[in-house]
Amino acid sequence: MSFEKIRDPRRVRHWKGDMECDYIYTAGIAGEKFFTTIRDKAKLLATRCAKCKITYLPPRIYCERCQASLDNWIEVPKTGTIETFTTVHMDNNGAPLSKPITLAFIRIDETDGGLIHEIGGTKPEALKIGMRVEAVFQSKSKRTGALTDIKYFKPV
Amino acid sequence: MVKKRVAVIGAGITLFRRRLQETGKELSHYAVEMALDSAEMTRDDIESVVMGTAPDAFDGIHMKAENLLDGAGGARKPYTRVFVGGGTGVFAPIGGWWHVASGLFDTCLVVAEEKMSPCYPHPQTAFRTIWDPIITRPLEPNLVWIFALEMQRYMQIHNIPKEHIAAIAVKNKGNALDHPSAQLAAKITVQDVLDSEVMVWPVQRLDISPPSDGAAAMILASEDVARKYTDDPVWLDGVGWSLDSAYWTNRDLYFPEYVATAARMAYKMAKIHNPRKEISLAEPYDPFDYKEAHHTEGLLLADKGGAPKLTVEGQTFRDGDQPICPSGGLLGVGNPIAAAGLMKCCECFWQLRNEAGKRQVPKAETAVAQAWGDLMQIGTVTVFRR
Amino acid sequence: MSEKFKEFPGTPLSSRDIKSGKVLTFKWRPNAKYAWTVGIAYGRFLEELKNGRIIGRKCRECSRVLVPPRMFCEQCFRPTDEWVFVKNTGRINTFSLSYLDADARRIKTPIPVAVIDLDGASPGIGILHKLGNVDPKRIHIGMRVRAVWKPAKQREGSITDIKYWEPI
Repeated sequence: MSFEKIRDPRRVRHWKGDMECDYIYTAGIAGEKFFTTIRDKAKLLATRCAKCKITYLPPRIYCERCQASLDNWIEVPKTGTIETFTTVHMDNNGAPLSKPITLAFIRIDETDGGLIHEIGGTKPEALKIGMRVEAVFQSKSKRTGALTDIKYFKPV
Repeated sequence: MVKKRVAVIGAGITLFRRRLQETGKELSHYAVEMALDSAEMTRDDIESVVMGTAPDAFDGIHMKAENLLDGAGGARKPYTRVFVGGGTGVFAPIGGWWHVASGLFDTCLVVAEEKMSPCYPHPQTAFRTIWDPIITRPLEPNLVWIFALEMQRYMQIHNIPKEHIAAIAVKNKGNALDHPSAQLAAKITVQDVLDSEVMVWPVQRLDISPPSDGAAAMILASEDVARKYTDDPVWLDGVGWSLDSAYWTNRDLYFPEYVATAARMAYKMAKIHNPRKEISLAEPYDPFDYKEAHHTEGLLLADKGGAPKLTVEGQTFRDGDQPICPSGGLLGVGNPIAAAGLMKCCECFWQLRNEAGKRQVPKAETAVAQAWGDLMQIGTVTVFRR
Repeated sequence: MSEKFKEFPGTPLSSRDIKSGKVLTFKWRPNAKYAWTVGIAYGRFLEELKNGRIIGRKCRECSRVLVPPRMFCEQCFRPTDEWVFVKNTGRINTFSLSYLDADARRIKTPIPVAVIDLDGASPGIGILHKLGNVDPKRIHIGMRVRAVWKPAKQREGSITDIKYWEPI
């Protein structure tokens, strides 16, 4: 017997269930410092491995190249360069979005890392790889210590 | 065919706690850094990395081995995850052994991590989904059920009183008082265990190890490379593993045949003919107190049904004839699943190097570590020798 | 090197630290739904439960009657050969009383559970189920029990079509 032509398992005899769990994650040692600094000061922090000459953003407490512990924290600019971008037309379940979202990977200045975030304050058609952008933060009262404390990045 | 003899030359471990602030990557890094320091190595000296970590559903990060990779020292290296449920912690060094014994690599960093605290309301919730969804999950089982069912069968077949099983919890929590990572070290009595809250009869509160966060690491090297770093290597001379059918209600639970199969494989490889005489100390998997006894028998270190009496008579204490779980085991040190199994292997390493401090067992020459997992299914065994 | 290390790393937190917001936390609830096909062997098994009967599969090579049924014998590693009805009576192989629910929350009235070796299946072939209509103190290994079925109209082709097993 073969069911290979049946794509929807609901069409054959089946048993339904879910995998329901709630999760509460901590941000970790590096994440705690990174996010509380965004929340309290609207500033981006990175860590640097002098030996490997790598500046980590998001920051880490270790260098992934040499495994040394890092405690060299530095403030980096809130500006960066669009490395790549895309416009998203569907949500996580594949349903169409009423308003498409433009996302970019932004290389933060003076670091070897960067952030994936929304682009605002411009039209998707105007975007180019290599474009300069800066972080726009939520007002202080709205910031909670999360990546969404940055509203979006906008062209400089 | 074993091409190269495999040595252990370094080990590291974090605190084991119900909840640690660090991310899994950060915990992995702590253990790796400690292991590298202890071997006086840098990450450049590491040719391959094996990660052992149990179900993704605890950390709540799908494909978590990939998430952990950079903290575990695996970036841009041959990196492999091995996974056999609760048996993973002892399976990870077996995976590392393949890498080195085969001649493929001269060094392998073995890391194990578990972070059970993100899962709410309790890590048990994640265990709900290990059951067969059609014939078992509709009964709404709790994982402790199968332990209780196995424990009941084991005690009944051999006519073992609960007091004798409780003595194991007393020993391990006491041993853990000397382990700097320990989560549930305590001086308790048999009566404390018998008076503790009934969870799933005959399993009571103090019969069970806790959920934990933690990480451990171990460095393996081929014989010639090991000698460059240390005059005092410990040898991983035997490995064995075996899995039984998932139809756990179709076999008698009173004896873990799969553990015996794995043990025979490891002993044969290590040329151990009489394990009771030749093994100086054992670290069988003890997520529950009766499990230590069950696995001691599976490891052929006691007659069937004879293990609990060894503890009652004091033979399994550190100064006894047959020390078992000198670390304090999962019952005392804690149970971050994969990290707990690797903790047992680290304990064998430290014991055989005479570096176990207050936990040191006299005249430690040969040690065996074992882990267990899934639906009464898996035995993983490693034999270490100095 | 256990002696060499003075400090064992890690930053413990209490559940109060999480609740009080001492550290940042991020919450997530995965919302994945599943529909598992029951397969060939379980399909028939569930169908027969709906009819108030328990069915297994026999392997002629090792002569075992397997419950729950499967289309292969994992020991002989060959297809099983025929459908065999087993009795709805059996013997308790092992049992327990659970004071925990599926999420490990405490419950006052314990759930009695057992592995039941089924009459008509091979020795040691049992299933996991609940016990009912029994004094918990009287439950013992070797106790004879029988299946108590839901009324035919309420049965839906599920392992829970058997309400529980009671002493004979």
